[in-house]
Amino acid sequence: MTQLLTRDDNNQAVWVPVCELNDILLHAGVAAKVNGKQVAIFRVEEEVLYAISNFDPFTKANVLSRGIVGTRGGVYKVASPLLKHSFNLQTGEYLDDPTIKVPTFEVRVENGKVWVKG
Amino acid sequence: MSTQPTHRLLVIGNGMVGHKFLEALQNKTHNMEVTVLCEEPRLAYDRVHLSSYFEKPRPDLAMGRIEDYQSWGVRVVMEKATHIDRENKTVHTGSRALKYDTLVLATGSYPFVPPIAGKEGQGCFVYRTIEDLEAIEGYAEQATEGVVIGGGLLGLEAAGALKALGVKTHVVEFAPCLMPVQVDEQGGKLLKKKIEQMGITVHTSTATQSIDLLDGKVKGLTFADGRSIEAQMVIFSAGIRPRDELARASGLAVGERGGISINENCQTSDPSIYAIGECALYQGRIYGLVAPGYTMARVVADQLTGGESQFTGADMSTKLKLLGVDVGSFGDAFGQTSGSEEMFFTDPIKGTYKKLVLSSDGKKVLGGVLVGDTSDYSTLHSMFSTGMDIPGGAEHLLVPAPAGGTQIKATLPLTATVCSCENVSKGTICDAVAGGAQDIASLKKCTKAGTGCGGCVPMVTDILKEQLLAMGQEVNNHLCEHFSYSRQELFDLIRIKEYRTFQDVLEHHGQGLGCEICKPAVASILASLYNEYILKKEHAPLQDTNDRFLANMQRDGTYSVVPRVAGGEITPEKLIVLGEVAKKYNLYCKITGGQRIDLFGARQEQLPLIWADLIAAGFESGHAYGKSLRTVKTCVGETWCRYGVQDSTALGIKLEERYKGLRAPHKLKGGVSGCTRECAEAQGKDFGIIATEKGWNLYVAGNGGMKPKHAQLLAADLDEATLVRYLDRFLMYYIRTADRLQRTSVWLEKLEGGMEYLKKVVVEDSLGIGAELEAAMEQHVGTYHCEWQATLSNPEKMKHFRHFINTDESDDNVVMVEERGQIRPAFDFEKADLLPMISGD
Repeated sequence: MTQLLTRDDNNQAVWVPVCELNDILLHAGVAAKVNGKQVAIFRVEEEVLYAISNFDPFTKANVLSRGIVGTRGGVYKVASPLLKHSFNLQTGEYLDDPTIKVPTFEVRVENGKVWVKG
Repeated sequence: MSTQPTHRLLVIGNGMVGHKFLEALQNKTHNMEVTVLCEEPRLAYDRVHLSSYFEKPRPDLAMGRIEDYQSWGVRVVMEKATHIDRENKTVHTGSRALKYDTLVLATGSYPFVPPIAGKEGQGCFVYRTIEDLEAIEGYAEQATEGVVIGGGLLGLEAAGALKALGVKTHVVEFAPCLMPVQVDEQGGKLLKKKIEQMGITVHTSTATQSIDLLDGKVKGLTFADGRSIEAQMVIFSAGIRPRDELARASGLAVGERGGISINENCQTSDPSIYAIGECALYQGRIYGLVAPGYTMARVVADQLTGGESQFTGADMSTKLKLLGVDVGSFGDAFGQTSGSEEMFFTDPIKGTYKKLVLSSDGKKVLGGVLVGDTSDYSTLHSMFSTGMDIPGGAEHLLVPAPAGGTQIKATLPLTATVCSCENVSKGTICDAVAGGAQDIASLKKCTKAGTGCGGCVPMVTDILKEQLLAMGQEVNNHLCEHFSYSRQELFDLIRIKEYRTFQDVLEHHGQGLGCEICKPAVASILASLYNEYILKKEHAPLQDTNDRFLANMQRDGTYSVVPRVAGGEITPEKLIVLGEVAKKYNLYCKITGGQRIDLFGARQEQLPLIWADLIAAGFESGHAYGKSLRTVKTCVGETWCRYGVQDSTALGIKLEERYKGLRAPHKLKGGVSGCTRECAEAQGKDFGIIATEKGWNLYVAGNGGMKPKHAQLLAADLDEATLVRYLDRFLMYYIRTADRLQRTSVWLEKLEGGMEYLKKVVVEDSLGIGAELEAAMEQHVGTYHCEWQATLSNPEKMKHFRHFINTDESDDNVVMVEERGQIRPAFDFEKADLLPMISGD
């Protein structure tokens, strides 16, 4: 698969098709490259997806897509595979200290395809 | 420098009580010169656990250690006192005279040998010192039958020891039941039945007429009723007598039937001479248990250092395990208090008997007898010793709680003594918990509770939990917020209800979506039970970091690869392949502690390519990424080594092949050494096997790592088939009952009953689950598959090894630099110079 678009003319983020919905296992994540950025996309329910940066600020490695997806008190989260820091998938906040955040991305599913705005 | 004249304190006797006295005195003796006379060829040792001397490996029973004594400023003289000259305040030994200002007699007792004809014969023994035990052990080699005369506490201990030496054992007791001092007739009957079930013949209401000799050697016994039995050995265990001969000869007051008379201060009739322990007689009683002796020791130590504590009698309650039978007796066990009432509960199926002696109004516990189940001993004993009212009716104390229900547990007052060996109150334990000692190990350390006979440990555990709750700390064994169960409970639920996926378990027993704690835990349980391919669609998202990509993730998100090299044995061809693969993919090579080769720096997308090459060369997954069997380390054994006595390499390979892929609560490591030199360091492994001339010794529950622990002997001199059977049982039992991420050593520490219990489960199959555990292991062995081979033959799975789902590019944040001729991941400060930009915004 090749990269479709980079940015629109005004350098605004645009929607980019990334993969098939079924390329992402239920309750798991994948990494995608969207306009040069590493994005981790998670499928938390059959048709509910979230996307955050793939970069774990604590270990400085692109690994968040490989973490375990779960909940804490009703909040969807992913735990980094390296040192298990948990991030809120909706807000990108580190759960134990919300002042630390990772970027989030909009994501949507259309006709079985996953799109990310980046 | 102290200007006070030095006070000379002399102690005669270095048994358990003499030792406890020195220990209680330590660091308080600024102006004292302390000397101890020790008659036995060794310093104080634990006589209470004397029978364990026959266990293999021999336990270290020593209590007194010369370096401790030196640091406490105690001079040790290994001589027997022969005479006390009270006029000149001097004690004589065979070779010297020792002056004293204060004298403490801790001379203990000697075993009473009844005046039976033939008691001098060869093959007659007593049971008190290590020398006695060595003599018994030596003589047992030529004996087929032995008799213990005396069916009390010590007699039953001796019978157990005799049986363990392979001698057919009889116990002869004059009274109508066993343990007549502690146990009533009903309890005695049950005890007799249980002991007979172990193959020991019990003769109650029997008096021995004579010990029959042939050429001066024991050949049998004749009883008063005319019956006779054959035996080549006799052990006398008919009670103890105080060793008061020194005191008696020096004119100190002694009891009519022996014992050095003492007052509340433990002083004899000569105020400068004290007596403590089994030689002392207080108000007409000799206390033949260690706890009251310890109390006396502490009283005298306190008095000599300015305190005012006194000895006012002691509780003769006792709780012990005899030949595997739990027996407890406390307070007025025989209901001698006027107006007292007795209440019984007998369960012939389980073989338990409980009796409570209650006050006439039924509100207080005065005493009791427990046989077969002493789990309530601490609670009941505390009710008796504090004199508290029984909460909610006495019948609750006897009848077991219904399954799932909770037994009414009385809340003890803070003054209640929890540990009678070390005299520790509940209050002391609570203070320690509040002060930060929040596990059993640290409580033992700072309060000494549970360090004596260990009988109070369950109660200390309960108090710890109660106290933590009171402090508002959560105490539960729930796995996480999604499952209100412990790992063991979940394991049983999954096994019995045969759930096959995490979703099923979550739906029936959990809430929420799960997390990084419960998902890998359940994945591990499912793998232990069914051993399905772990990257199946429904399992893959559960797997922890390394299992998810079948490799070990390193700090920069790349992986290391470890092919299996069973037993550390590898052919030159395969060794070359590993080098070639490492060169081809530019991997860093390191030889591991488990005798394998670790290849680092593999990117996620390279893993399938690397493994395709490795599998083509005959390698298979080494499961280094799993909480599973890693390696079985070996030495070359008899094959090459001049010392080896067995083929340790072959056995190690065989075991690694058998258990490879086995998923457990934590990683498992094994080792096999071909001789006692132990070059494979097997005693530092979860299971370690050491060759002997006769077979294999099996050690379990050791580990290196953060808290090194030596493995302990589970069974000795095994043939290979038995070894494998015991290992199957041990591993499966651990897998079923351990907590998540709990290594075998910690698991064993927390296992109630410890190593003794584990031996019963594994070796004697006391739970009757041996066959089931073996079958579970057989099933695992039958379902082994190489996870990498399964992955490579599945194109759908291969997709997931790409770093990006939408492009074949690599992670440009992975940067390697060179060091010592190989690669390593760049550190952050190095990356700034190497990277045009870091993609992480």
